[in-house]
Amino acid sequence: MTELRRTPLYDLHIELGARMVPFAGWEMPVQYPMGVLGEHLHTRKAAGLFDVSHMGQVILRGEDAAQALERLVPADIVGLARGRQRYGLFTNDEGGILDDLMVANKGDHLLLVVNAACAEQDIAHMTATGLAPEVVTDRALLALQGPGAEAALAALVPDAANLRFMDAVDLTWEGDRLWVSRSGYTGEDGFEISIHESRAPDFARALLAQEGVAPIGLGARDSLRLEAGLPLYGHDMDTGVTPAQAGLGWSIPKVRRAGGEREGGFPGAGAILPELGKSSRARRGLRPEGRAPIREGTPVFAEAEGGEPVGRVTSGGFGPSVGAPVAMASLPAEIPEGATVYAELRGKRLPAVIAPMPFVKPTYKR
Amino acid sequence: MLKYTSDHEWLRAEGDEIVVGITPHASEQLGDVVFIELPETGREVAAGEEIVVIESVKAASDIVAPVAGTITAVNEALADAPGDVNSDAMSAWFFRIKPADGVSLDGFMDESAYQELIG
Repeated sequence: MTELRRTPLYDLHIELGARMVPFAGWEMPVQYPMGVLGEHLHTRKAAGLFDVSHMGQVILRGEDAAQALERLVPADIVGLARGRQRYGLFTNDEGGILDDLMVANKGDHLLLVVNAACAEQDIAHMTATGLAPEVVTDRALLALQGPGAEAALAALVPDAANLRFMDAVDLTWEGDRLWVSRSGYTGEDGFEISIHESRAPDFARALLAQEGVAPIGLGARDSLRLEAGLPLYGHDMDTGVTPAQAGLGWSIPKVRRAGGEREGGFPGAGAILPELGKSSRARRGLRPEGRAPIREGTPVFAEAEGGEPVGRVTSGGFGPSVGAPVAMASLPAEIPEGATVYAELRGKRLPAVIAPMPFVKPTYKR
Repeated sequence: MLKYTSDHEWLRAEGDEIVVGITPHASEQLGDVVFIELPETGREVAAGEEIVVIESVKAASDIVAPVAGTITAVNEALADAPGDVNSDAMSAWFFRIKPADGVSLDGFMDESAYQELIG
């Protein structure tokens, strides 16, 4: 086994009493002494600071970088305004999803944030297509999320308060350049902040010194994104699922769809485009009745008895803010919202209602 | 006197029954408990049989019957307040079992042996 990588905040995590676990080749904090439940609720009530330095930060330079990336990602990157960020997918020739990513237009370059577990593959994929990705290896990435995020960050970097959802700009803290976007993965208002590794611990400490800011681990990050209805790569989507089936057709804009100005031109377009709006499968929200969490891999049936599974749970657990279990499942698109399906858990079929997502109301500052 | 199993249960003999819960160490390892499924009273169980399901924020795990016997009572309050396992594991009993072969805790670990086990 190769040695686990450590982020620039490793020592701080230990000092804060984190329980460290291996995650996508990194040694990451899964929780702090507050515990997953407490950390989750704290983030929705005040502000949570997450170390997401394991995620891949990648720069694409050159005037044609946006056009080049559009050959791999069915999003509108050419039309992405300077200082703005957008969500997209790397697709493969079969129409499956290789990874999901954020792309920001930083003026003279694009900044990509990709999943830790996919970073190496994404970089090889871009390189093979003639792009020249520059992997950022000397910066930490922090996420500050929750209703108190704006005040906490603005106390250190006043201009942060002027950003709106999905803005992505450079700001300065004590002479050090921050790459800041108003975004996140919790359903809460908040920011993601890239900072040089040498200053990251001081910056994290400065944020933690602000009122209401607590360190939050990967455990709560997962339950927060689940309640927010945000899919996780490797669970709710992978190479076996198309954008439409993953409920991510919205990330493919008109301009890249059939009849659009820059229609297709990305891997799997022939499979992906005709399916948009007509997929027989979809990523659906589930609200199990009772208290038992229904987790990833649980088969889902249309009937209380007999028959074959109609789908399976792709992410599921207890939603601390909902106060009940919540799940996402890959299910037939035709099953109407409000219908009851049955998740088979320990040999018993437990009723669950098809519910709209997100399970909690997002508080993005648009 | 309290005894412990290698499955991180605590056992307390009361009359002709044994009261069973999980140790603070186990509850800490589990993380926040959000769901508990208890056995039915009157059920006859074998030693080592999985009879309680505990779901934490992280994962599902089981509690096994420490001995063969009959479940005589379960802590219904726990099903409504599963977090009690985290806040006070030594009070949060799961079930009482009447051993088929009479109450004897001789084969189980005492406090010091258990402390050694968990390091």
